[in-house]
Order: sequence, then structure tokens, then C-alpha cells
Amino acid sequence: MIRSAGTGAIALAATLLCGAGILSVLGASPLDAYRLIAAGAVGRPDLLSYALSAWAPVLLCAGGLLLTFAAGLWNIGIEGQIIAGAVAATGALRVLGSGVPPWAALGLAGLAALAAGGMWALLAGVLRTYGDVSEIFGGLGLNFIAGSLTVYLVLGPWGRPGITSTSGTPPFPGTLWLPVVGVAGVSVPLETLGGVVAVALVSVALRGTYFGLRLKAIGKSLRAAFLLGIPTTREVLKAFAGCGALAGLAGFVLVTGTYSRHQLYPLVSSGNGFLAILVVLLAGSSAPGAIVISGVFAAISTGSIQLPLVMHLDSSISGVLQALLVLAMLLVRGLQARPVHREG
Amino acid sequence: MVAASPPVLFAVLGETIAEKSGVINLSLDGLLLLTAMAGFAVAGATGSLLAGFATAMATGALGGLIVAFASLTLRRNQVATGFVLTLLCQNLAYVLGNPIAHQPGPQVPQAPVPLLAALPVVGPVVFGQNVLVYLSLAAIAGVWWYLFKTQPGLILRGIGEQPQAAAARGIGVVRLRYLYTLAGGALVGLGGAAFSLAVKPGWSRPYGTEGTGWIVLAIVIFGNWDPLRAAAGVYLFVLLQTLATVLQSLMPHVPTQVFPTLPFPLMILTLLLVTLGNSEWIQRMLSRMPEGTRREVLRALRTLQSSPPAALGRPFEQE
Repeated sequence: MIRSAGTGAIALAATLLCGAGILSVLGASPLDAYRLIAAGAVGRPDLLSYALSAWAPVLLCAGGLLLTFAAGLWNIGIEGQIIAGAVAATGALRVLGSGVPPWAALGLAGLAALAAGGMWALLAGVLRTYGDVSEIFGGLGLNFIAGSLTVYLVLGPWGRPGITSTSGTPPFPGTLWLPVVGVAGVSVPLETLGGVVAVALVSVALRGTYFGLRLKAIGKSLRAAFLLGIPTTREVLKAFAGCGALAGLAGFVLVTGTYSRHQLYPLVSSGNGFLAILVVLLAGSSAPGAIVISGVFAAISTGSIQLPLVMHLDSSISGVLQALLVLAMLLVRGLQARPVHREG
Repeated sequence: MVAASPPVLFAVLGETIAEKSGVINLSLDGLLLLTAMAGFAVAGATGSLLAGFATAMATGALGGLIVAFASLTLRRNQVATGFVLTLLCQNLAYVLGNPIAHQPGPQVPQAPVPLLAALPVVGPVVFGQNVLVYLSLAAIAGVWWYLFKTQPGLILRGIGEQPQAAAARGIGVVRLRYLYTLAGGALVGLGGAAFSLAVKPGWSRPYGTEGTGWIVLAIVIFGNWDPLRAAAGVYLFVLLQTLATVLQSLMPHVPTQVFPTLPFPLMILTLLLVTLGNSEWIQRMLSRMPEGTRREVLRALRTLQSSPPAALGRPFEQE
């Protein structure tokens, strides 16, 4: 525990130093930039609420990825699974919108997103188990296809009448927004609480069920698990479906959350899935770790939004800091684990 | 079409070299963007195209060095390192490239080959281009010749297939893998600069080539780690991109923004076709076919099939 805290501290220090170097090259003051990011994330109650809402999709995806990573799978297709969920939710709301009570429409849209994300992930899973196609490339291909599909829907059949614009589908009315809960003067989006619950549930499933045990066995060695009589194909597909379902839910949140754009638009997944992969790489199999790190990453992301206006920096600096931290952690862990060859 | 191929070609050849030696550099999508930005920035600042290309190649090699160090020296997972590096390089390109976005800059000039460019059809297509096109064509042949016709090339393939055997013969597996991952990265950097200094001059966010690095990785598999077949894959991809623009004008009722995205899924579908033959399910289905048909199908599958270097992505343990 002390050692892993030490690893984290070294990696964090290295990240902040590298980040400072990059900012200095651009002629910006690193301290000012870091202070702005922090202020932009948690400086005011409304900013905090925004950061909390950005936390939700990362949480949901990280929860799903805990399943696939346990089974040793690289679900790079998660971005496409988010998009599939967002598309299904938008479709459901377009159909149900005014016919049923808002809570029923939202509930059904959430279920549709869950199912669509799960199915999209199953495609990558089937390609992997039956087609021997690496889930990395199958998933990437499906990401591109989902992206093309969204562009087509936004510009074509679901576009705003009379305008051809990539900006998005007509926004949903306020009745179809996910609710927020007031906690100590801060509005907390419901989906953020849901995300924490989802990660906790996944953690319980991994620790306390045979399903979790089987996934971990597959993660250690697929061949050995198969020889021991574990139905590996079925379990791998379950892991994909579970991850995709949660990613689909993240897509639902991205089009219906209070602080979202309330519409389907190209790039709706906006890197949340890839960010969640970074989170889980850093957290390992630790669910509390995944919860905390995804919160910090979401805060860095929303905190950087002001940087282009105030300091003329690109907001991608958040992505640089996040990736740097994970890379630093990988390298530091590697350096610690390095066997010492010299003897005596 | 030929003019648009050098960036992807250089990247594919670079990755083929690295993977043939046993190391996957998964960071290509970000690395291409970062090297494109770096090449354009330095060429613009110094006014020297050569300096731009050199910087891009050095940046690419640095990317290779990080992958090699993490995987060969620290024994970290290559996929994890490569994936993180992809995101790092992409974001870094946007951040560092911010000041030079949408600025004019130098560009590789056309350089038709005297006499040959006057040939009908072949002349303008092959010899009426810029230096990068000639260089990329030479690189295909050069890499193929190096891999399959030279002693060092044999050793390069050996450390990717049977590293233990190579080590037993006194070959420094790790040292050579470092070398080829760096060389591969440098070629990827050349590809990046070929984007920003020739095919897609300038820099912006988004740059418009996002996703190409993933296609490069797919083409390497499609190419069965053979430079000639990989080059065919590159031309197929560039052809698809050209076709997308043609289709666009033929089908005016479909929104124009849909077409540029099409080559990506198509390329992945091609990849499926190539790898499907390896699967148990296909083998089982084949065993039920009548003998004659089976032989035909098997032959067709085997021509398409692609099988990776045996030690690809595996850490090397000296015994």
C-alpha cells in the first residue's frame, strides 16, 4: 500500500513536471494553468455540477471495462458502443417523446441504450470468438461504422428540418432531461450517482460471483481456463455484452443528462471510452481506484475548458496530462518490478 | 491517387519492420499526427524542408524508443503502452501545434523526372510526382529486398519468429529489436511529415487524418507483414478514398460528410476477410465440405490468409 502510494506520488510529480515543461515551451505559466484547471473544475457550485456530470459517462465505461480487462480483453470498441447507446436512446425518445409520460420515455430509452450498447459489443465479441479477429481491430472498425452511422443520421433522416448541418438532431425538451439532486447547495446529476452504483455492482460481481471468478481465470490464461472446463466463449461474450451495456448507458447519459447537449451529434462519445481505458489501466482491478481516478480525470477535462479563452492554450492539455500520468505510472511500475541482475 | 499514398506507405513499411522484429508499436495514430505537426512546425520555423523531415523522423523514432523501452527493458504490456502513447501524442500534437494552426508554410515541390514524365499514362502518374512518391516506391522495393534477400533481414525475421534460437546463435535480440522499433518509428515520422509537408499541407485541429494510424495497423496485418502485399493494401485504401469522392458526386442526395468515413469500415472488413480463415469455426465448416470444394476454398483462403510473426508482442526472456 505504501509502495503503491509512493509509485503514484512519483508518477504524479513526473507528470506535473513534464506538463510544466510543455506549458513553458508554449510560453504559458504552468502554475497559472494548473490553478485555472482546478478553479475551472471545482471553483464554483455550477462548475462542480458540470464536472460531476462529466464524471458519469467515464464511471459507467470504467465499470464496464473492469469486466473486459478482468477477462484480459482490450475493448477498444467502447467508443462505438457509447455511440450505439446514444443512437438507440435518441431513436427511442424520438418515437416515444410525446406519447408516454417523460419518466417512462426516459426509462425505455435507457433500456434501449443498454441493449444497443450490449449488442454492438457482442459484434466485436463474436468477431473475436468465432472469427479470430483481434478485438482491437474489430472494435476499431465498429467505432468507425458507428461514427459514420451518426453522421448519416444527424445529416439525413434525423436532421433538423430544412437545415443540413452537422451540429446535431433537434434538442429534446426539458421534460426529457435526467433529473438532478440538490446536495449541500450543489446540484448532483442523478447519472453520476448511478455511475458510482454501477462500478460498485461490477466490483461485487467480480469479487463475489462465479461469473467473476471465471472471467479472472480467463484473464490469467484463456487456454488453461478452457482446459479446466470453463465455457470460455460464453463468458467472453458475457464480458463484452456487460461492458457494452454500461457503455450504451453512458451514451444515453450523454444525450439526456441535465448538462448534456440534449441531442445526438457526431462524435457524441467524445473520447469518454478511451479516457475510461486510461482510468482502468491506472486503477488496475481496483473499483475504488476506478471511481476516484475517473472523478479526477473528469475534473481535469472540464477544468481545461476555459484554457483556450483565458490563456490561448488548446484544451487538449487535459488529455496530455491524463495520458502522461498513465504513461508515467506504467514506466515507474516497470522500473520497480525490474529484476536486479547483478549478484552479490 | 499515387500522390496521396506516400504518408500511409511510409507508416505501413515502418510498422511492418517493427512488427517483423517482434514489437507492436500501437501508437501510430497519435504518432502520425505528432510527427506531422512537428515536421510542419520545424520546416516553417527554419524554412528548411529537410529540417522538417529530420525532426519528424526523430520524433517518430522517439515514439519507437518509448515503446521499446517500456516493452523490452521494463517488460510492460505493448498494447497498453502503445494505446496510452497514442492518446498522449494526439493531444500533444493539438497542444503544441496550437500556435501554428492554419498558418502557411513550405511544401514539397513537384519534381517530374525528365524524359520519363513524357511517357503516355505511366509518365504523369508515376514520374510526374514529387520526390516523396519516388522515395516511397523505392522504399517498398528496398524494405522487401532487405527483409527477404539480405543476411540482416533474415536475422530481423528470425528475432520476430524464434527469438530464443536467434539468441542461442549469439544475436542480441533486445538490441536489434530496439534498433528496428526506432527505425520503424522514424519511417512513421517520415510518413507524418509527408502528410503535413506534401499531401495535406499545414496544420489544424482536427487535422483530418485522425484514424489513419489505425488503418495503417490494419494494413500491416492485411499485408501479412510482407512489404509488397502491404503496399497493395495501401493503394487499395487510397483507391477507396478516391472512390468515396467520386461516389459523392454521383449520389448528391446522401450528405457529403458521410463519404470520407466509408474507407475506414471497408478497410476493417477487408481485414476480417483475411483473418477469418484462421478461425476454428471456418476450419470445422470446411471439414464438412466435399473434398474437391474444400481444396478450392482452402487454396483461396490460404492466399488471403495472414499469419503474424510468431513472437509478435511477446516479451523476450534470455534463458
